[in-house]
Amino acid sequence: MKKGNVSILEHESVPIHEIITNEDLNALLNKYKIRKEQLPKIKSTDPVIKEINAELGDVVEVRRSSRTAGTALSYRLVIK
Amino acid sequence: MVISAAADKEKIEKDLVSLDINAEIVEQMCGDFVLADLDVGRDDLLDMRVEKTRIDDILKMLGRVEEGEIKLCDIESKVNESQIPVKIKNELKQKLRSVRAQLNADNVAAVLKRVEGEYEEAKVEPREAVGIVAAQSIGEPGTQMTLRTFHYAGVGAIYITLGLPRIIELVDARKKPSTPAMQVKLEEEYAFDRNMAEALAMEIEETHIRDKHVGKIETSTEDMCVWFSLNTRELKKRHIEKEEIEEKLKGMDVDLEVVANKYKLHPKIKSYHELLKLEGKVANMLVKGIEGVKRAVVRKTPEGEYMLYTEGSALKKVLKVEGVDYRRTTTNNINEIADVLGIEAARHAIIEEMLNTLDEQGLGVDARHVTLIADAMTMAGDVKPIGRHGLAGKKASVLSRAAFEVTMDTLLDAAIHGETDRLKGVTENVIVGQPIKLGTGSVELVAKSQGEMTK
Repeated sequence: MKKGNVSILEHESVPIHEIITNEDLNALLNKYKIRKEQLPKIKSTDPVIKEINAELGDVVEVRRSSRTAGTALSYRLVIK
Repeated sequence: MVISAAADKEKIEKDLVSLDINAEIVEQMCGDFVLADLDVGRDDLLDMRVEKTRIDDILKMLGRVEEGEIKLCDIESKVNESQIPVKIKNELKQKLRSVRAQLNADNVAAVLKRVEGEYEEAKVEPREAVGIVAAQSIGEPGTQMTLRTFHYAGVGAIYITLGLPRIIELVDARKKPSTPAMQVKLEEEYAFDRNMAEALAMEIEETHIRDKHVGKIETSTEDMCVWFSLNTRELKKRHIEKEEIEEKLKGMDVDLEVVANKYKLHPKIKSYHELLKLEGKVANMLVKGIEGVKRAVVRKTPEGEYMLYTEGSALKKVLKVEGVDYRRTTTNNINEIADVLGIEAARHAIIEEMLNTLDEQGLGVDARHVTLIADAMTMAGDVKPIGRHGLAGKKASVLSRAAFEVTMDTLLDAAIHGETDRLKGVTENVIVGQPIKLGTGSVELVAKSQGEMTK
């Protein structure tokens, strides 16, 4: 009845999350002239964050599929 | 690389072979074929003694470029370079391809410039109050929604909340919706076999001894015991082993006797209270299925695929069941999605659920309004409700709170606590009679003094 390898990352409503490098992060923050605390947040207890082993203070890039734009990039800061 | 017009792949290959053109079909896109670039023109084909009537066909097929005409791949790369969203790019490519005969490098550039300009025009102005617009855009059609809850049409109807109550529920971010339900998609070997799908439904549907004729329970106060018998036919239908139940009974810490196919249970402490407790315990014993899945019915999708609709939701456990397609199975419980699949999946679910609910009532609301609401709700990493007082909690401004409800009490409270109002919001500025800080009101002209200018 049970099966072993169920990866939520493969779920169709879970977009791709990727940890971004410091370089990319700085470029992003400079582009919008913001601090990283001003980004939307994601909890470190979030199942996806646990799967991709992101740590507190990391910023993840989310590649969502969008109804209006095809694909859209979004960023979330990992918080407690 | 050259793109050929939409055609039969085999036919192209055949023609290429017959013309002795060594080209490889690299990939297929939008019904067209991408060929490795060829140095074959009209003259070459004439030289190769190809019939004149066929030359045009072949040239069209190969996407060969005539004098002054623009290559499709050039259009493609030009469009890709422009600063517009992918979706518009794709639409534009399709459109340009269909009118290719009239295109040259100049007018493609002109079209692109125009499209970029129009896109820029269509963007929301900086400082526009998008939240208010979103609220109005959902609120107005909301007045036309049914207040009643409807249910799914069809056999074995599973009731789910729809219409306005559902929208309120979504925005409220309730821990549990009033009618939790799952849509369980199945793996290929189950999805096209009705029997397999039915068996899987039995597998996940929670079954207690008391319900679905599985067993019969009698309590006798005379000799202080609970009798119960099992319905063998029902057990067989549901693939439940008698031993499984016996095993569970043994784990219950009671005295168990088997008398002529019946089970006799004595509570350890002989009291009326204990007896009733035991009866309840036996009746509610889960013999099969997943706790929380009250009912599961098989339904055929328009695509001819069998799937399960369930009453009750237990996403985490159901995803792990053999035969369930864990990539496409969802629930209508947003908080459950946030827990199991993460905040981004929850955001996605809010958008889909809202748009579907609105759509069901025949209300077309632009996806961007709904997206904004979902974004605001999931901003902080968990699902925050939007209530009467806005997104999660109390407004910061005293005047704005006082303008809303119980003015005197609010003002008195604020006075007692010595609150300050920074006059940042709309209501506060309307009250004191100064321009609101939105749209054109949010910019100020600062004139430099004469002294500063000369510096």
